Amino acid sequence: MSNISQLSLTKIVKGIKKKEFTSEEVTKVFIANSKKSKKLNTYITECFDEALISAKNFDKKKDYNGLLSGIPIAIKDLFCTKDIKTTAGSKILNNFIPTYESTVTKNLWSQGAFLLGKLNCDEFAMGSSNETSFFGNVINPYGEKIVPGGSSGGSASALAAELTPATIGTDTGGSIRQPASFTGTVGLKPTYGRCSRWGIVAFASSLDQAGPMTKNVEDCALLLQAMSSYDPKDSTSIDIKVENYSSKLTEKVKGLKIGIPKEYRVDDMPVEIDSLWKKGIDYLKDAGAVIKNISLPHTMYALPTYYIVAPAEASSNLARYDGVKYGHRAKGNNLIEMYENTRSEGFGNEVKRRILIGTYVLSSGYYDAYYLKAQKVRQLIKNDFDKSFTEVDAILTPSTPSSAFKIGDKTDDPISMYLNDIFTVPVNLSGLPAISVPAGYDKNNLPLGLQLIGKPFDEQTILNLSLAIEKRVNFKKNFKNWWC
Amino acid sequence: MSIDKDTVKHISKLAKISLDEKKISDLSKDLSSIMKFIEKLNKLNTDNITPLTSIINASLKSRIDEVNDGKIRDQILKNSPENNEEFFVVPKVID
Repeated sequence: MSNISQLSLTKIVKGIKKKEFTSEEVTKVFIANSKKSKKLNTYITECFDEALISAKNFDKKKDYNGLLSGIPIAIKDLFCTKDIKTTAGSKILNNFIPTYESTVTKNLWSQGAFLLGKLNCDEFAMGSSNETSFFGNVINPYGEKIVPGGSSGGSASALAAELTPATIGTDTGGSIRQPASFTGTVGLKPTYGRCSRWGIVAFASSLDQAGPMTKNVEDCALLLQAMSSYDPKDSTSIDIKVENYSSKLTEKVKGLKIGIPKEYRVDDMPVEIDSLWKKGIDYLKDAGAVIKNISLPHTMYALPTYYIVAPAEASSNLARYDGVKYGHRAKGNNLIEMYENTRSEGFGNEVKRRILIGTYVLSSGYYDAYYLKAQKVRQLIKNDFDKSFTEVDAILTPSTPSSAFKIGDKTDDPISMYLNDIFTVPVNLSGLPAISVPAGYDKNNLPLGLQLIGKPFDEQTILNLSLAIEKRVNFKKNFKNWWC
Repeated sequence: MSIDKDTVKHISKLAKISLDEKKISDLSKDLSSIMKFIEKLNKLNTDNITPLTSIINASLKSRIDEVNDGKIRDQILKNSPENNEEFFVVPKVID
């Protein structure tokens, strides 16, 4: 039965339905794999005993009506799970037990899935390498010294290493797509408003969005469908019918117009990334798509804009961590001192940097120069996309400017770390859906991904195009399970 | 704009994060390089551009303001670092 873990989510769902194996058998396989994976450091909280009970209950009830009937699933520890510790990768939430369940996870459970565990991530999802987590680095299955990307690094590693059949992450500036690209997996950031943000530990509320991370595109369509919903508890979630992405999934993309933005050909871009992009263009041409050169002239301003907007929102969102109602508390001689010491002890360096940048750009006298300016540029960035989407159906770019790097390589220079997200950030600023699909390997045998950006609420088209690429790439993982 | 140590001290007060001298000095360096990076935006003319306030084209839905949970005081208090039976406890505020 050990080959169950190699199956796609879709095949496991079907296998359980056809009684080829039970939910308990499936769950045991993933628990066994997870137990052997300590070196990868993907789990913050293991829920293996509870998962086994859920699996046994499922096998007794045999309710196969859900999209994810009988599926154990480990998720990023940024989703609040009722009665189960939720840390956001931070010391300050080290002991936080939510009294409620996030809407996205509730949706998964109502489709028949159950929780296998909570996965490591960058602290408050702030990071691109999973090195900012209070719970330590996550390791990429592609190498003992290689980062999995971030912030959904634990999710990406656990998925690639077959510790969970699929997983979910969150993406504020690339936190699903970049780690997916670094681990040879599929990751999709839905349109802003497609998935409810309710119960997700907030980082930057106008950018955050939850999304699926899976072994292949078919699984991605299935999981997206399961997790999406309109939610009255999130006033920014949108009341648009959730598509049956799976049944509409097709690799027939003939005649679709694909934009190639010239501004994404950045300085110092490795030759390999450029040739990967060209291959992607060839795959889509082969599938009958029409390639068009387009211009997104404000692309170079996206990262600086992001590093005003995201820290500004983060500094407000993280004001709630004061050591009073929940989380870590430090000693202090008076209330203010207690706040200051709590936040000093509870937050890591990257989170402090971002809170302080956010505080600075919002502080009296600087608001117009920074925050207001950034919101104007954000409008220009969005206008670029709006204009392009009158001419094309989707946009193809590389997912990242490089493959996964070594642990410690970029921790000394925040800017070099931020540059990882150069191709993913404009999408969040514009609220668009985008997917990263594995497209090949670099000379060091590390995976590389291609990104497809879609029109608002047109996840279907980018899924279809990704399927067309996936069929042509025929990507196979090429690491041994060295950590066992 | 470079962020000198006094500015770091000022904003860390606003953000309620205590910092030692070493941290202040490290952050002054880090934040200055981040601000320099951000200031690329100054090259761009944004006169007459309306700032983006929402990326959602739809108007936000409102809902009836009614209580739909509650009666979980004890569970909520359980998460607090210090409490008595009904209250969160904080260091003394008034002498």
